[in-house]
Amino acid sequence: MLEVTNLECIRGDRTLFSGLEFSLESGELLHLQGHNGSGKTSLLRMLCGLIAPTQGSVHWKGNNIRRQRDEFAADMLFLGHLNGIKADLTAVENLRILCQLNGLDISDENLWQVLEKMGLYGHEDLPVRVLSQGQKRRVTLARLLLSKVPLWLLDEPFTSLDKAAVDFLQTVIAEHLEDGGMVMLTTHQEVALTTGEVRQLRLGWKRDGDV
Amino acid sequence: MAMFKAFYTVVMRDLLLAMRNRSDILTTLFFFVIAISLFPLGIGPELNTLREIAPGVFWVAALLASMLALERLFAIDFADGTLEQLLLTPQPATLLVLAKVLAHWLITGVPLVLLSPLLGLQYNLSSEAIQALMLTLLLGTPSLSLIGAIGAALTLGLRGGGVLVSLLVLPLYIPVLIFGAGAVEATVSGLGAAGYISMLGAIFLLSLVMAPLATVAALRVSAE
Repeated sequence: MLEVTNLECIRGDRTLFSGLEFSLESGELLHLQGHNGSGKTSLLRMLCGLIAPTQGSVHWKGNNIRRQRDEFAADMLFLGHLNGIKADLTAVENLRILCQLNGLDISDENLWQVLEKMGLYGHEDLPVRVLSQGQKRRVTLARLLLSKVPLWLLDEPFTSLDKAAVDFLQTVIAEHLEDGGMVMLTTHQEVALTTGEVRQLRLGWKRDGDV
Repeated sequence: MAMFKAFYTVVMRDLLLAMRNRSDILTTLFFFVIAISLFPLGIGPELNTLREIAPGVFWVAALLASMLALERLFAIDFADGTLEQLLLTPQPATLLVLAKVLAHWLITGVPLVLLSPLLGLQYNLSSEAIQALMLTLLLGTPSLSLIGAIGAALTLGLRGGGVLVSLLVLPLYIPVLIFGAGAVEATVSGLGAAGYISMLGAIFLLSLVMAPLATVAALRVSAE
């Protein structure tokens, strides 16, 4: 489904990676590993189409993603370091806008339910500005519960979440995989999801344990 | 249908954000009012002089006010990550940019048009001149927002972006300034303003077609 061929990334005058090849099939989880500055975020941003590859290409369902942005965007959800929500809007308003822009027709009742599931009961109607870091992250991650797209690209989804939220997020990801979805994520946290038999992709030149 | 809904969503979103953060709108508006009101105080109450300089003063003030507001057009969305999420939606990016520019114009352009008759009284402008002024501002300020969006998109995330925006955008604003102020002057002196107004309309249509494309290209570069 997602195929990466001979991908190269040069930021400034530094080559982060080159000749990268892998593919991701339905139901697969790919754990992207690497030390700080090894290009994990750059790779994810390249896969979602925000950064143009200096060489090589990314294909989705056989088509180059840079040729048909809108079709690819309709199948993909990218959550980056930034939460991508407006601080002056409430959690419900933020989600409603994101759903409408992504062509999802979801009732307000549904939005409230999803936010409750994300542990934000009683905070749905507050401006996101007054929420804590972890709560803001939960608002962003609520999009995963609403999304119907097959491909999730998650950059450090577990940061600033508490233990219960991390566990919940893992079950959400596991369910998505069972339904035939694809997930590619980076994390430095030790979570059950990424231990065991999981496909891994390693970037960078340092060995484990090197600082 | 989904496209129009997305367009409407972005316009309403930006208007709602502006309502939650009213100081942003008021800054531009106050700048416009103060800049225009300072001239009669500085030059003195010579009505003929004031009437002569009025078109230029109004248009220069409108130009600077619109530029002042540019910085906020994409910068906040860029900083909180909503801009990249907008670019990753399955909607045509030009349409979303157009929606953002429309909202920006409704917030920062329309108040200038509505306030200009009141300020025109300070300059002893005739009612025809005030009408011409309103018409030219109504036609010209959308072009300013559209052209300015290109500069705002190009300078996203740069240090000292504000200064760079003025350097990039002001030269492109000059035709709007010339034809806008020219139309009012022509009306004041009794010549017809039709030619000037047609030119303003042409500039508006040209920027309506070209500016969103250029802005999207610039945003894609800035979002990397």
